[in-house]
Amino acid sequence: MAIWFLRSRLAHHLGQRIGSLDALKLSSWASSLHPWIPPSLDSSDDRYASKFLRNPMDLYAARRFRSAKAQESVPVVTDGSNQVMDFPGGKVMFVPELRFLAESPGERISCYRILDDDGKTISGSSFQEVSKEIALKMYSDMVTLQIMDTIFYEAQRQGRISFYLTTIGEEAINIASAAALTIDDIVFPQYREPGVLLWRGFTLQEFANQCFGNKLDYGKGRQMPIHYGSNRLNYFTVSSPIATQVPHAVGAAYSLKMDKKHACAVTYFGDGGTSEGDFHAALNFAAVMEVPVIFFCRNNGWAISTPTAEQFRSDGAVIRGQAYGIRSIRVDGNDALAVYSAVHAAREMAIRESRPILVEALTYRVGHHSTSDDSTKYRPVDEIEHWRTARDPVSRYRKWIERNGWWCDDAESELRSNVRKELLHAVQVAERMDKPPLAELFTDVYDQVPSNLREQERLLTELIKQHPGDYPPEVPV
Amino acid sequence: MAAALQTAAPLRASSNLGANSERFRFGSLLRSPAGRKGSLLVVKSDGRHSVGFNTRLRGGNLIANAVAAKSEASAKSTDSKPGHELLLFEALREGLEEEMDRDPRVCVMGEDVGHYGGSYKVTKGLATKYGDLRVLDTPIAENSFTGMGVGAATMGLRPVVEGMNMGFLLLAFNQISNNCGMLHYTSGGQFTIPIVIRGPGGVGRQLGAEHSQRLESYFQSIPGLQMVACSTPYNAKGLMKAAIRSENPVVLFEHVLLYNLKERIPDEDYICCLEEAEMVRPGEQVTILTYSRMRYHVMQAAKTLVNKGYDPEVIDIRSLKPFDLYTIGNSVKKTHRVLIVEECMRTGGIGASLRAAIIDNFWDYLDAPILCLSSQDVPTPYAGSLEEWTLVQPAQIVAAVEQLCQ
Repeated sequence: MAIWFLRSRLAHHLGQRIGSLDALKLSSWASSLHPWIPPSLDSSDDRYASKFLRNPMDLYAARRFRSAKAQESVPVVTDGSNQVMDFPGGKVMFVPELRFLAESPGERISCYRILDDDGKTISGSSFQEVSKEIALKMYSDMVTLQIMDTIFYEAQRQGRISFYLTTIGEEAINIASAAALTIDDIVFPQYREPGVLLWRGFTLQEFANQCFGNKLDYGKGRQMPIHYGSNRLNYFTVSSPIATQVPHAVGAAYSLKMDKKHACAVTYFGDGGTSEGDFHAALNFAAVMEVPVIFFCRNNGWAISTPTAEQFRSDGAVIRGQAYGIRSIRVDGNDALAVYSAVHAAREMAIRESRPILVEALTYRVGHHSTSDDSTKYRPVDEIEHWRTARDPVSRYRKWIERNGWWCDDAESELRSNVRKELLHAVQVAERMDKPPLAELFTDVYDQVPSNLREQERLLTELIKQHPGDYPPEVPV
Repeated sequence: MAAALQTAAPLRASSNLGANSERFRFGSLLRSPAGRKGSLLVVKSDGRHSVGFNTRLRGGNLIANAVAAKSEASAKSTDSKPGHELLLFEALREGLEEEMDRDPRVCVMGEDVGHYGGSYKVTKGLATKYGDLRVLDTPIAENSFTGMGVGAATMGLRPVVEGMNMGFLLLAFNQISNNCGMLHYTSGGQFTIPIVIRGPGGVGRQLGAEHSQRLESYFQSIPGLQMVACSTPYNAKGLMKAAIRSENPVVLFEHVLLYNLKERIPDEDYICCLEEAEMVRPGEQVTILTYSRMRYHVMQAAKTLVNKGYDPEVIDIRSLKPFDLYTIGNSVKKTHRVLIVEECMRTGGIGASLRAAIIDNFWDYLDAPILCLSSQDVPTPYAGSLEEWTLVQPAQIVAAVEQLCQ
């Protein structure tokens, strides 16, 4: 807890100083970090440690692997033979020893967590308090998301929709992060974040309409299921290619910065998305341009069938933030309160200081990648079951709200049956509704329908009139 | 001059007009030596052509410069005329500046556009005037700053994204194709992307293959995009302004060798319609369709053709997507012969699509197969002589017209 506050204060301190290389002011922070020295070069000689610690640029490049302990002093030994040279980017100190930065620190970056597996807050934890109303809305939305996923997945298996993608296991990430944002924060999702839309007020009927691609779908039936979008709720339309939305978020944040709005851009992506080129460039841009954007990485362990061990060799995504000059945090993605607090703090920092923040949430993708995938082919069934039951974020959070006396079994069963009924009804209504008319095939390609498309529309309409039996009847011409 | 044309032209033109057009539609095919082989005038990289041709052109007497010369008269004599003279890159800058003044949402992003003023100085001085947030220097990641432009556009900004060279925008192809072109459609019209993507392209002076790309052929099938190519300071400024004001994503193709063209343009505010073609030289005998730098090669060839007694109609199509079939159609209906001169490569170029469009719409008006002169399907070589031969030269244009009009 104290570590988190300390880190942000120090990092803030660092952020202001990094250009000016004021070695004296940095030394107190600097001295609390211990860069990892390869065993072959390690010696108990203090001089080695102090040489590393003296130059701030060196420190910035060195990997943090231990949590910062406040004001730990290390003797600074002055050594007149070391030289400092002015290179583009700042002063760098020379060292005569041949020494490589280790490829991985000894310890992984620690993970922020508030609720333990039993739904009890860990003593001494600090977190953003939530009111009963918000807490209950969070829970009911998580349950709704779970049920929505189950029913739509079944609908796909029954052949009623063509495709679906579940968010099972990541409900806390979806809902808690959405709860920590405001409606003015514009969201650029990957595709596993319908919970954010749900929180903002997208109705179950609207979800169903998009999945069935009927005439009430805001996307006018042009996208696959789960590619939701709503400009009213500041949720950008989902685009299938991975990580293309990350630079979009930076652009939106740039626009917010120009307009001096009290809002930020938020973008979500998975562990696989961090391999895309767009991810790296977008993080770099955001740091250079100092724009208010939150990069939320849902590290759920799998990119379809690629486990994280085959995706990257770094310590997850959080460690990369520092490489780009971005403040980052690792959080337990199955702990709703931790996600809420982290995003809340990240948002405040992003807006107040106009800087990007990277949040990595560790979680597990309990469901298959999508309805086109059978994950039992590449991972053990008991692993999936373990995460589905013992590590379920929804039940963990439920224990917490029950402890607070805000929830009980009756409320639970009532909620679940109501949501289920409402969803089934929404699915039925959406299924029976007409599809968008043929004219919508040609609109919105440009702002106005150009002559060549009007011509193509005319030809198609004529063709359908001549061969009505060959065309689906539920599409009005 | 015009009168001489009128007397010379009818001797050839009249035989093609009216009721005789049926007879001559296939007649010209049978008569011309290239007719049986196909309608292509193939230009090989060593300068040889499939049609019997003047070998003098190999190496020696080539017109290498198709870029208009700089100022001819002194400044004093031009003061009395209305408007002001400037170079093409200055015209682009003026257009951009006027739009940035007019609409505070217009912003520029790209590599070295800010303090450096752009690699071709199109954005020079803008960063000092508008600040470096509105004229943004980005790190080197084309896909990402184009994506950034898309994101900013959805929020209501009107970004002008500059690719330092059009060829680098191939790195941005995903954002341009999957996002720029598509998001207005897939979001059901909820999000608009009023972005302008511009940059210098085309074959320059020994810039090497990667810096001599002609991306109009790659981008032309992306739905949702509009493409325009500027060729004079007048239309450069007009197209820049129109592109910025358009609600659709527009790709504005500039040419590396045309930045120093000088022209007198009007002082008042004007825009050029994005979907319109420009009539460069009206004529009666043959329609020559071209764009960007090839316009100047065509005009050079036109001079020779006029001296030889032909009457070509030269149209700068300007709008590469969609084609201005109205202007083109009217011209085809008048002349019945079409020659397309482009800098793209033969396969899948603008000429290929334009030919298909003309055949689809105006087949009955054609008296001869549509000829298309384009660059060969090779990466642009560095060696100056080889580079010259990958481009269509005025002499080839003259020969093609002569062949068309037989």
